[in-house]
Amino acid sequence: MARLHEYQGKEILRQFKVKTPMGFLASTPEEAAQAAKKVGGRTVVKGQVWLTSRAALGAIQFAEDETEAKTRAASILGLKLNDFAIEQVLVEEVIDIQREFYAGIIIDDSAKAPVMIFSSIGGSGIEEIAEEHPDKVAKATIDIGTGLRDYQARNLIRRTGIGGKLQMQLANVLVKLWQAARKYEARSAEINPLVLTGAGDVLAADCRITVDDYAVFRHPDLGIEIARELNRPPSRLDKIAYDVEKDDYRGTFYFIQMEQGFEAGQGFVGFHGAGGGGSMMSMDALHAQGFKLANFTDTSGNPAASKVYRAARIILAQKNIDAYFGSGSGVASQEQFHSARGLAKAFIEENLSIPAVIRLGGNSEDKAIDILEKCTEHLPVPVEGYKKDDSAHFCAERLTQLVKEFDGSQAAGQGFSKPEFDKPYRFESITGSITFDHGVCADCDHKACVESCIPEILRLDDDGLPVLAISAEEAKAGKCIECLACEMECIYHGKRGAYIDLPIAGLDEYLEEAT
Amino acid sequence: MSILIDDDTRVLVQGITGREGYTRAKLMMEYGTKVVAGVTPGKGNQTVLDVPVYDTVEQAVEAAPELNTSVIFVPAPLVKNAALEAIDAGIKLLVIVPDRVPIYDVLEIASAARLNGAKFVGPNTLGLLSVGKGVLGMIGGRAETARAWFKPGDVGVTSRSGGITSSISYYLSKSGVGLSSIVHVGGDAIVGTPHPEVIRLFQEDDATRAVVMFGEIGTTQEEQVADLIEQGIFTKPLIAFIGGKAAKSGTRFSHAGAIVEGNRGTHESKVKRLKEVGAHIVDNFDDIPTVTQEVLRKLKT
Repeated sequence: MARLHEYQGKEILRQFKVKTPMGFLASTPEEAAQAAKKVGGRTVVKGQVWLTSRAALGAIQFAEDETEAKTRAASILGLKLNDFAIEQVLVEEVIDIQREFYAGIIIDDSAKAPVMIFSSIGGSGIEEIAEEHPDKVAKATIDIGTGLRDYQARNLIRRTGIGGKLQMQLANVLVKLWQAARKYEARSAEINPLVLTGAGDVLAADCRITVDDYAVFRHPDLGIEIARELNRPPSRLDKIAYDVEKDDYRGTFYFIQMEQGFEAGQGFVGFHGAGGGGSMMSMDALHAQGFKLANFTDTSGNPAASKVYRAARIILAQKNIDAYFGSGSGVASQEQFHSARGLAKAFIEENLSIPAVIRLGGNSEDKAIDILEKCTEHLPVPVEGYKKDDSAHFCAERLTQLVKEFDGSQAAGQGFSKPEFDKPYRFESITGSITFDHGVCADCDHKACVESCIPEILRLDDDGLPVLAISAEEAKAGKCIECLACEMECIYHGKRGAYIDLPIAGLDEYLEEAT
Repeated sequence: MSILIDDDTRVLVQGITGREGYTRAKLMMEYGTKVVAGVTPGKGNQTVLDVPVYDTVEQAVEAAPELNTSVIFVPAPLVKNAALEAIDAGIKLLVIVPDRVPIYDVLEIASAARLNGAKFVGPNTLGLLSVGKGVLGMIGGRAETARAWFKPGDVGVTSRSGGITSSISYYLSKSGVGLSSIVHVGGDAIVGTPHPEVIRLFQEDDATRAVVMFGEIGTTQEEQVADLIEQGIFTKPLIAFIGGKAAKSGTRFSHAGAIVEGNRGTHESKVKRLKEVGAHIVDNFDDIPTVTQEVLRKLKT
C-alpha cells in the first residue's frame, strides 16, 4: 500500500483545517538549522520514515536551539532502519501536551465500510490500550453515502467519557480526518497522538495515511512513485516493472525483488507465479526443495502475451539466479499458449542460460507446452513444460534435478540483437510494433504468421506477403492483441521474418550498467 | 438447486464488445448460461454473438425485463459507474470480474447494493459456476473445458483465489468427488459476497452436502465462517485449507488494523478458530480430495 510520510499526511490535514504543530521539512543539517530558526526555541527533529516507534529507534530527537537541531538532524539523516534510509527530517515546535488521544480510520472488511476509531488515551501502545481498556475506545461505522456527521462524531467521543467543549473540538478533527481520508482514498488514516495543548488547542502531533494502491492513479498530486507495499525503498527493477504494469489493464503483473546481491550457485530462483493462491503453493514447493526466491512475480487475470514477455525479461534481468520457475494454480482458465509465447520470446532474446521449469496446466496446455519446448529447443539449456496433473511439488523436484545436472559451460551463447530488416513492413500495437521483413517473407511458403494470428488481422497481399487486413489505427487501438503468435510461429515454421518489438522503459540501461 | 444461479438467471454482459467481455460471453453462452443482452456505452445498435448490444443498462432492461444478473468486464476505473448503473436499473446480482478496482469505489457499490437489495460477487473474481447449469464470469475459460474439469455432485467450493477455485474443483472431480456450485469470492480485501455469505447460501442449498473452502491470510472472512459454525447457522461439514502460512508479515505502519481485527487475520488465528469449531483443516493442499472423500463417507454412514 502506498504510504505517506508524516509531513505529507500533515500537509493534507492542514488542507482540511486540522491544526498541526508549526514545522518545516529539511533534507540537510543546514536546512534543519534554518527550519529550527524559523520555528524558534526548542524543536523536535523527526526522521521521515515508514515505521512506528521512531523515538526508540533514535529517529526522533529534541533540540534546544538551531545549532543542536543541526547536529540532531545530522545524526538522523542517513540513518538506515529496516533498509529505509532517512532522507528528510521534519523540524517542529515542541508543544505543551496536556493530554493525548487517538483517532483513526480503517476499512472494515466485515462491515464493507470505513470505521472511525477514537480513544481517549493516545500515544504508543494503543493496541494494548484498546485491549485492556475497551471503555476508552469507541468505534463507529461510517456511511459512505453521507459521510461522518458532526453529531455522530460527538456521540462517538461521548462514549469514551469526554464532554463539553473538548468533545466539540475533537469531533471537528474526526469529521475532517474522515473528509481527508475520503478525498485521498485512504486504506487507513490515523492521528496518534491527537493532543490537547496547555493553551487549549487540539493538534495532530503525528499523522499516518496509507493510500489505496488501486486509487493512486487518481492522485498524481501525491507524487507516489510506486504503489506497492514494500519493506524497503523500491529497487530500480521494481520501478521498471511497475511502469510496465501501470497503464496496461490487460491482466495483472506484480513484481518485487526479495533478495539482491547474491552469488550464482546459492540456489536463488527467478520465480514467476500466476494467481495469488497458486503462487503461494508454488513458492512453498520451491522452499521445500531448498531453493530461495530472488523475486516474487505474478502474472494473472488473462494477461496479454506481451505482458508475460516483459515480466520474464525483468525476472531474467536479475543477476546470478540459478533457475527459472513458472507455476500458478496449475488449472488455469486462461489460454496458456499466451503465457507460453511470452516466456518463449523472452527466453530466446535473453539467450536463456539457466534451466527452466514451467507449469502450464490449464486451457490448451498441450499446445502451450508444444510452443514453449519447440521454440526454445535451440537454446543450450533445458526448458521443460508441465500440465495440470503435475503438482507444484513434482515440478519443483524436476527443477532440482535439472539444476543438479546442468553444466553451466554449455550455456555460453551469444547475446540477442534486434534483427536488421531488408524490406520492413511495420505496424504498431498498443505497446509495441510488429515488423515483417518482406525481403525474407518472399522466400517463405508457410505463412504461419497469417494462419496463427488469433484476432485474424493479417492477410496475404497480391505478392503473397503478410500485411494488415485492417487499418493501422485499428491495430494500434487494440485489434492487435499482442499475442505474439506471428513471430513465434514464424520462428518454428517460417524464415524468421517476423519480429515484435516490445520496449521496456529503462531495462536496457539497467542491463548495461549491471554488466 | 444451486447457489446464485438458477433457472431464472438471465444475464447482461457489460463490456461485451471488449476483449474479455466478448470471449467470456461466448464461454457463458456455450456452457448454457442464458445471456440475453450486452451493454457498451456508445456502441449500441449492434449484435454481438447473436445478442443485442445497448448503450445503457436501463435500455437493455426495458427491452428484456427478465434481466436479473450482470457480469461486468470493463476497465477497473470504469467499474463503479457500470455497477451503479446496473443496480440502479434493478439488476439484483452483479459479478464484477476486473482487478484493481479502487476500494472506495467498492464501498460505494456495496452501499448501493445494500440499499437496493442487490448482491455482488467480486471484484477481482473469476466468477462462479453451477455444474451443468451455468457460469458467470470466466471460470473454466472455455465451455468444453468447464464441462471436462467440473463434474456434477454435491460438494460446494468457495475460494479466495481464482486459480485455486479451478484447481481444487478439478482435483476433486478427478478423484470422483462431484461438485454443486463453485465460487471465487474475489481476491481483494473488500468483496461483495465473502466466504461467510457464500457459506450461508450453501447452508440453504439442498444440492450441497459439504463445502470445501480455500482461505488466505488477511481479512476476517474465515473467522466469521467459524462464528457461523459455532452459532449453529452453518451445520454442514467444512473442509478448509488456509494459504499463506509461510508469508512474512510486513512492517507495522498503522495501528488501526490491529484495533479493529485484534488477533484475527493471521494464519494461526484462522486455523485455530476453525479447528475449535470442528472444521476439517487440511495441512497439505494435495490432500484435499482424500480428506473430502473421507468426510463424505462418514456422512453416509
